[in-house]
Amino acid sequence: MQLTVNGTYHDVDVEGDTPLLWVLRDHLGLTGTKYGCGIAQCGACTVHIDGIAVRSCQVAVDTLEGAEVVTIEGLSQEDNLHPVAQAWIETQVAQCGYCQSGQIMQAASMLENDPTPSNETIDAVMSGNLCRCGTYPRIRAAIRLAQTKMGG
Amino acid sequence: MSTLGTVTRRTFLVGTAVIGGAAIFGTYTVARPHANPLELDLPDGAVAFNPWIKIDGETITLITPHADIGQGVQHMQAMLLAEELDLDLDQFETDAGMPSAAYWNEAFAAEASEILSALVPLPATALHAVLMPVLKVTGLQGTGGSTSAPDTYVKLRTAAASARETLKLAASRVHGVPVGDLRTESGAVVLPDDTRVRYQDLAVAAAEIEPVQNVTLRTPDEWRFIGQQTGRIDMAAKCTGTAVYGIDLREDGMVHATPVTNPRRGPMLDYDATEALTVPGVRKVVEITNGVAVVADTTWAAFKGARAMRFDWGPAPYHADQAQHWEEAEASFTEERFEAVWRNDGDVDTEIGARADVEVAYRVPYVAHQPLEPLNALVTVTDDEIVVRGGHQQPTQVRVVLAGVTGHTPEQVTFHNQQSGGSFGHRLEFENLRLGVEVANQMRGTPVKLTYSREEDFIQDFPRHLAVARGRGAVRNGRVTAIDMDVAGAPVLASQMARAGIPIGGPDSQITAGVFTAPYGNLENFRVRGYAVPNLAPTSSWRAVGASYGGYLIETFVDELIHAAGADPVEERLRMIDDPISHQVLEACAEMAGWGKPRADNRFAGVALVHSFGVPVAEIVEVEATERGIKLHTVWVVADAGTVIDPVNIENLIQGGVIWGLGHAMNSELTYRDGMAEQTNYHAAEGMRLYQCPEIHVRTLENNPHIRGIGEPPTPPAFPALGNAIFAATGQRLREMPFNKAVNFV
Repeated sequence: MQLTVNGTYHDVDVEGDTPLLWVLRDHLGLTGTKYGCGIAQCGACTVHIDGIAVRSCQVAVDTLEGAEVVTIEGLSQEDNLHPVAQAWIETQVAQCGYCQSGQIMQAASMLENDPTPSNETIDAVMSGNLCRCGTYPRIRAAIRLAQTKMGG
Repeated sequence: MSTLGTVTRRTFLVGTAVIGGAAIFGTYTVARPHANPLELDLPDGAVAFNPWIKIDGETITLITPHADIGQGVQHMQAMLLAEELDLDLDQFETDAGMPSAAYWNEAFAAEASEILSALVPLPATALHAVLMPVLKVTGLQGTGGSTSAPDTYVKLRTAAASARETLKLAASRVHGVPVGDLRTESGAVVLPDDTRVRYQDLAVAAAEIEPVQNVTLRTPDEWRFIGQQTGRIDMAAKCTGTAVYGIDLREDGMVHATPVTNPRRGPMLDYDATEALTVPGVRKVVEITNGVAVVADTTWAAFKGARAMRFDWGPAPYHADQAQHWEEAEASFTEERFEAVWRNDGDVDTEIGARADVEVAYRVPYVAHQPLEPLNALVTVTDDEIVVRGGHQQPTQVRVVLAGVTGHTPEQVTFHNQQSGGSFGHRLEFENLRLGVEVANQMRGTPVKLTYSREEDFIQDFPRHLAVARGRGAVRNGRVTAIDMDVAGAPVLASQMARAGIPIGGPDSQITAGVFTAPYGNLENFRVRGYAVPNLAPTSSWRAVGASYGGYLIETFVDELIHAAGADPVEERLRMIDDPISHQVLEACAEMAGWGKPRADNRFAGVALVHSFGVPVAEIVEVEATERGIKLHTVWVVADAGTVIDPVNIENLIQGGVIWGLGHAMNSELTYRDGMAEQTNYHAAEGMRLYQCPEIHVRTLENNPHIRGIGEPPTPPAFPALGNAIFAATGQRLREMPFNKAVNFV
């Protein structure tokens, strides 16, 4: 199976129905993308496919030929943090941190599509990402900070 | 024989558990320090001043043995050490360290002595003096009960100050300068001529010196980190996908495995692996306790193989259906199941008389923990050794439990603790590590990575214990005059401690915790009795343990009585409170929330104050009754855990604790049918989602003379404050959780 992740082309020897999540984690060693529920209920596995936030546990790897996959590892470059990650750090969002890769990927995609989201949009877009520690107040604040950083 | 003598001879307490067994130790045994685990493999040129600080020619390593389960204790421990050692926060590495009695948790004694003082006629301070040496000799290293801050606050600063003074002494000897002329700054001893000598360059000299023990701690005006905004040292990694959790670990030659065990927790009668073995990547299926593990080349292959397994499961060793669990609990207010009177102020029987003014019943369900990182373990078993990597809250007990699986000795078990993607009590349990060892023991020499599916994690979760309660009370002349509350619950500590290999006895404090600790000393008549319910599902500590529902029971009932008395919910509570710390907390919260002032249209507020883990927390929740249901708008919270170590993290933890409480109050329970948990993923027990999250305004007071933890205390008041707000809005009293059985939430 062929796929492009964070700009790098990979040819991996897996069954075609293998979810992208497990190709990333077990085959490519990109463990920043997390397994939480396996049924698209928690959002911990969120990545970008052609710029859109997607639950990687629901995407079979054989559907990805020609697609550009970006994971949390590819969102920020060395010494050049993505503004959403930067806002997350400045706002001190994370507690256990396990959901935050997915939260950041979801928020980055939202702000890309809608640089000035309404509160209702934030509620609607971000509610598929479960945080058991309850960092939601800081997630909201960090999204607004990221929006400013991105010129929105 | 004095009462104290009887108590110490028969039982002692660890955390909130009453542990059986004689426990009288000689003075020498108590005074002798535990061996420093860092000395075991200390290379030449390195110095370990104490169990927390190691310095060699290159690196300063701070040991942070309290398990980081998301609450930020890695940062807190490092920051307390760095404060007195004069390190910047980027000048050291941290390490969870090896399990060791040297890291015994002193703060378990505070909670335990407060609980025990409810049962014996002795003050908590006297009991504390008895319990401390017992705990020390036992050497239990544990994270839980909101103890990390009280355990480390003085201990780690003292350890760091000792290292600092020893480094100065070393510099004095090396450079021939009087020690009084030296100071320390940013990881270096500074000589009078402003020459900076790095700590790393003093390691060899310092290793020759007996560490200085008589040290003076910095005063608050000298603090650089405590009470200041410091960025958590784990934050950047958690925001860039580079933080490593147990589930992310890899090892050369590793195989993947996933467990499938009897969803009724009974025996496995038969199984058929034929189809599973045809799944590409599946290597084999091995038997484990009450089930099998599918061993494969990848996690996904193991999961697919697990789904293809066929089983014949034996029956549950507890009631098969939820209705029977409730019936068993309701039938438990009997003499045989009576455990203890946890509070008995005044004379409730006389005051209440034959007919109570208010008499109501409540029930609270089982609830799953379900932190977002599924259970996992990375294990290698050889003839000589068990090496385990995973996240756990009781490292010393991990060694004991795992040794029992294979017949190795505890000394042959090496445990590398990991930061966890949440716990909420889930990582007090040992099943994932045990099963990992069972699999690896059948493949000696091969590293086995065991990963639970979310479904298996839900099904095998040892949930928060279930309970039912009866409240009877009296009101007179606009006041509450008597509360009599009986609580019947599953004995959670006996269940949990049995799996931890710690025998316990005595009444279970977590059946009535949060109820009998209510700070209502000015309520003339107040009785709390506990009853233990048998034949229920195995249960475990869940964020705030007994207080997670005890606060709901007492504070909903208090609200009902105040309503019956025609009094104001804040004013009458303030009258009943005798503890000035709690009084200030509730007053501040009422002031913040504008209690008593007109609210916006259709907005209604409910209040609750719960004292748990030594911390009073008041919460006022404001809701709106809309046509589509209840909408949560705003929460005001005031807590007093003493000195604030980290103002950012404490706010985050308080908000998170409130959200944990509100979310589960709204929509979460775990129920059994045919002996199996009915909720198997987050769609069926979601807790709170972002769109439901209210604004949460936090204020911390610092009047509490004792520094206490904040991981759990903000959770208990959230349930009753929400329920009381819904009552104010709708007139509907919510006497059962989750509340979405009775009301809709927007």
